[in-house]
Amino acid sequence: MKTWMCVVCGYIYDEAKGDPEHGIAAGTRWEDVPDDWSCPDCGVAKGDFEMVTV
Amino acid sequence: MERSDILIVGAGLAAITLMRELRKRDAAVGITLVTADDGHFYSKPMLSNGLATSKTAASLVMTQRDALATQLNLAILPRTRVTAVDTGGHRVLTDQGALVYGRLVLALGAHPIRLPIEGEGAADVLSINHLDDYAIYREQLADKQRVALLGAGLIGCEFANDLRTVGKEVDVFDIAPQPLGRLLPDIAGKAYRLGLEAAGVRFHFGTSVQRIERGASGYRLHDGTGAITETDLVVSAVGLKPETTLPAAAGIKVGRGIMTDGMLATSAEDVFALGDCAEVAGMVLPFVMPIMHQAKALAATLCGEATPVRYPAMPVVVKTPAMPAVVCPPPPGTVGDWQETETDPGVRSLYLNAAGDLLGFALIGSEAAKEKQVLTARLKLV
Ligand SMILES: Cc1cc2nc3c(=O)[nH]c(=O)nc-3n(C[C@H](O)[C@H](O)[C@H](O)COP(=O)(O)OP(=O)(O)OC[C@H]3O[C@@H](n4cnc5c(N)ncnc54)[C@H](O)[C@@H]3O)c2cc1C
Ligand SMILES: [Zn+2]
Repeated sequence: MKTWMCVVCGYIYDEAKGDPEHGIAAGTRWEDVPDDWSCPDCGVAKGDFEMVTV
Repeated sequence: MERSDILIVGAGLAAITLMRELRKRDAAVGITLVTADDGHFYSKPMLSNGLATSKTAASLVMTQRDALATQLNLAILPRTRVTAVDTGGHRVLTDQGALVYGRLVLALGAHPIRLPIEGEGAADVLSINHLDDYAIYREQLADKQRVALLGAGLIGCEFANDLRTVGKEVDVFDIAPQPLGRLLPDIAGKAYRLGLEAAGVRFHFGTSVQRIERGASGYRLHDGTGAITETDLVVSAVGLKPETTLPAAAGIKVGRGIMTDGMLATSAEDVFALGDCAEVAGMVLPFVMPIMHQAKALAATLCGEATPVRYPAMPVVVKTPAMPAVVCPPPPGTVGDWQETETDPGVRSLYLNAAGDLLGFALIGSEAAKEKQVLTARLKLV
């Protein structure tokens, strides 16, 4: 499982945890997160995330 | 430069996002970016939670200037300050020479407001609105234990919380009676204050620091109540003022910010503005989300598809893990009433008009904050 970071606010999307509060189940891979999902902290679009290793 | 070429002044979030959006639409148009700073891309919001996340100024850089220039196919002129704009001649003057533009975009940001304070220590007060400021703050903080913050707004509260996570002693002063000022109604304001106090933040409300004396070790702060507070470092976070001196001198219309219409166009031909420096259709919105929407609209316009900026509801998350908060103030001029409900722990405050439409909200505490998405969807946009 990988982690992705919002380039704007640093929010981490962890594939293992998902984002259940916004309908993304734990274990959802990044490529399966819908394109209209946006950063829960600052609102930027999925396209503005980068891969990070934490 | 060709007339179609684009010159952008600034390398903050507004400038960089605009360029990303431009490149999504047009791989070829010539883009030059001129900036007074180093031109590395960093996340400004992370300046106020950098201690909790163990970030240094260097590790806050997300994309180095050279990588950015390659990725986005730009010419970047770092450490170059624009000193004048000649709108008639489509030229800007810099401290390194003149540049010609086809279209000019001002993404100048804002500068920290400094309140007048007496005493020889006043000159040592820091403001943190840039990566370079953060580097100085981290350097000074290293051997200090006590920090005083001037201003209990969004940014002051974030720094206060962040400093507590690494065990610093924190005093926060604000002339207002509660934190986050007018963003929070009464009960929400109290709950938020209690949350930060429980984390060890010491608030001094209804007063401001008037005099700062240098002591043998640290500073002595005299506030309006006559009280004296000792501290080692003073950080001012009383607000930002859009950068307007340069455009005003060029005859471009400015109000609170550089005035633009809904298309981000200023009063001068071929000159546009966005981000913290801009007053777009009467509103200065110095936050990430509005900048994203401005950048998308302006990129489309500059690529020949005239597009006015339209904002969705844009709640702001306050990065204070000791007491999470989400604020979405009602638009100015709307009429309604706050309805506040205690959740445990925290408060849900809804701003409703007579017809029961939701116009704004404030959510305090982790339980209430979970309702952000649902309430955002319910907001009635005016
Ligand atoms: C500590 C802190 C925390 C924040 N947290 C959040 C948050 O959690 N969520 C949120 O939504 N917003 C947050 N914000 C606000 C958000 O970060 C800003 O709205 C945004 O970064 C502004 O970007 P900008 O590009 O308009 O301005 P800036 O980033 O200030 O960029 C201005 C650029 O213009 C250049 N410049 C200025 N004048 C000249 C000149 N004459 N010649 C050449 N170059 C020049 C500067 O060098 C700089 O590169 C925060 C702000 C701060 C300070
Ligand atoms: Zn984000």
